[in-house]
Amino acid sequence: MSNRIDICFDTLKKRGEKALITFVTAGDPDMETSERAVLEMFENGADIVELGVPFSDPIAEGPTIQKASLRSLNAGTTLDKIFDLVLKLRQKSDKPLLLMMYINTIYKYGTGRFFEKCRAFGIDGVIVPDMPFEERDEIQSTADEYGIYNINLVAPTSHERVKMIAEQSKGFIYVVSSLGVTGTRKEITTDFDTLLAPLKEGGYAPYCIGFGISTPEQAAGISKHADGVIVGSAIVNIIAQKGNASPKYVGEFVNKLKTAML
Amino acid sequence: MEKIGRFGDFGGQYVPETVMTAVHELEAAYNRYKEDEDFNKELRKLYREYANRPSMLYYAKKMTEDLGGAKIYIKREDLNHTGAHKINNVLGQVLLAKKMGKKRIIAETGAGQHGVATATVCALMGLECEVYMGAEDMKRQSLNVYRMNLLGAKVTGTASGTATLKDAINEAMRDWCSNIDTTFYCIGSVMGPHPYPEMVRDFQKIISEEIKEQLKELEGRLPDCVVACCGGGSNAMGAFYDFIGDESVRLVGAEAAGRGIDTPDTAATISNGSLGIFHGMKSLFLQNEYGQIAPVYSISAGLDYPGIGPEHAYLHSIGRAEYVAVTDEEAVRAFEYLSKTEGIIPAIESAHAVAAAMEIAPDMGRDKILVINLSGRGDKDVYSIARYRGVDLVEQ
Repeated sequence: MSNRIDICFDTLKKRGEKALITFVTAGDPDMETSERAVLEMFENGADIVELGVPFSDPIAEGPTIQKASLRSLNAGTTLDKIFDLVLKLRQKSDKPLLLMMYINTIYKYGTGRFFEKCRAFGIDGVIVPDMPFEERDEIQSTADEYGIYNINLVAPTSHERVKMIAEQSKGFIYVVSSLGVTGTRKEITTDFDTLLAPLKEGGYAPYCIGFGISTPEQAAGISKHADGVIVGSAIVNIIAQKGNASPKYVGEFVNKLKTAML
Repeated sequence: MEKIGRFGDFGGQYVPETVMTAVHELEAAYNRYKEDEDFNKELRKLYREYANRPSMLYYAKKMTEDLGGAKIYIKREDLNHTGAHKINNVLGQVLLAKKMGKKRIIAETGAGQHGVATATVCALMGLECEVYMGAEDMKRQSLNVYRMNLLGAKVTGTASGTATLKDAINEAMRDWCSNIDTTFYCIGSVMGPHPYPEMVRDFQKIISEEIKEQLKELEGRLPDCVVACCGGGSNAMGAFYDFIGDESVRLVGAEAAGRGIDTPDTAATISNGSLGIFHGMKSLFLQNEYGQIAPVYSISAGLDYPGIGPEHAYLHSIGRAEYVAVTDEEAVRAFEYLSKTEGIIPAIESAHAVAAAMEIAPDMGRDKILVINLSGRGDKDVYSIARYRGVDLVEQ
């Protein structure tokens, strides 16, 4: 069985489109809202959705996603309830779903048990921001066994590490746009041409840029440097403001992002 | 040790990709300077002339007679400049930062001792300093906040989570990710990603080296037991390290049980924790079944941390060191006991070690020797102990 992420990028390539990857924290403010928000995003042009698994101490997140994690945890979200959400989403959509989560959540749940459930419930990949390339042995062989992609990250500080990481990457490579944590940014000043030069040699997984992309204009501009963009905090901000009425607004926003990128 | 940066299976380097290059740079710089003669000469000079080392090893005669067991020695880390063992590590790290050309130092602090030490050394070396501290701890340790300000440091409160030490570390790590080019993260304990646990231990191991040498001079032999308090575990690691190979020396870490290890209000990681990966390291953590880090509690802000350094988790796993849990009440009694018996007011953190020693020493023979590592002095705690005893101290 091929991974839905590969199918997605193949299709986009044929259509000459860039991928729009969007994010919500699962269970913020409740599971029912997350379900509707994800479906709205898919209907309005999101190609891949990342579900954030809330963690008590999200060191890679800025204030927006920190607060979303807290709202979700206070609402009683657990990894098992997120798997239930994935099951419901899979009845209505066959687009790629990723979990963005901290390594302790996988480790404590049991790596084998975790990836077994990912496959059974229809998760295609995981992004683990506090597990760098050198520590990937923690999950890599188990993820491979179940056909789940461990999405590697590269950052503006990665320099000569970019190639090493790219060589071992599947699905796509998550390019962190700027130094620091997640959150919207007025401008992104990274020199992508230099940073991503090693990836342009070809033969590697597609690469998508995330962190700080918050407007349709930014999405359109940044997507020119890569195979896609990832938008998180800007969507979480809408959910923070509109609560359980947010899915409609999230859909409208995603539509604007996708339209700008076409 | 199978892998670099590992103690058995514990340790590792679990940090975001953004800081990996910096962690590798630090590792390379540390490996270079730790063997460098000039660096070590400079550090020894600072230890001696600035930090007041070697700290004294004091025979606690009254306490020994009162407890009626082992002969008790107290390693006076409380007499170091800034009042705790923390200065040993900070002098090492900030000197290293300076050699690496870093302009800005960040640190986290619980009780404020590491923050004060960092602010002090930054003042000395002319570097910009920002200290992250939980908002709750800023309330408990307002005197130390003021001290850091006096020393020219900026103290930034973190209101997220439990607003204590772990939240301060989260925020310091976020800062580090954002300012990686200019900023050196001076971690205060034997925790975090490699090389920190090893580097901090190396800067603190002078404690056990001195104890060994001083006791040899005083008694002509090794101690039978060394007791130290243990939050992240830097003073304990420093007090244990040179004795690890001396099998006859019993090593005891005193953890903070808070209101008791059978209550949720505890910080006793070895007693109640389980294996996890957090703050850059694989170690033991207080957490729930889904790996959410537990809100911990202790009367002592310096021991109020949900994890423990990976080398301690390793020493525990192989049975080389043992860890006991000491409640708030036991620690406060020990705080008062040492004050009255020896005229030494210990830090409430160190009072946990005193309490453990008070349990252990009476069961040892009079020909045995027990060393307490008195990691810090207690001036900073007088207000909170008064509060604990229901005394309202207000200066008019």
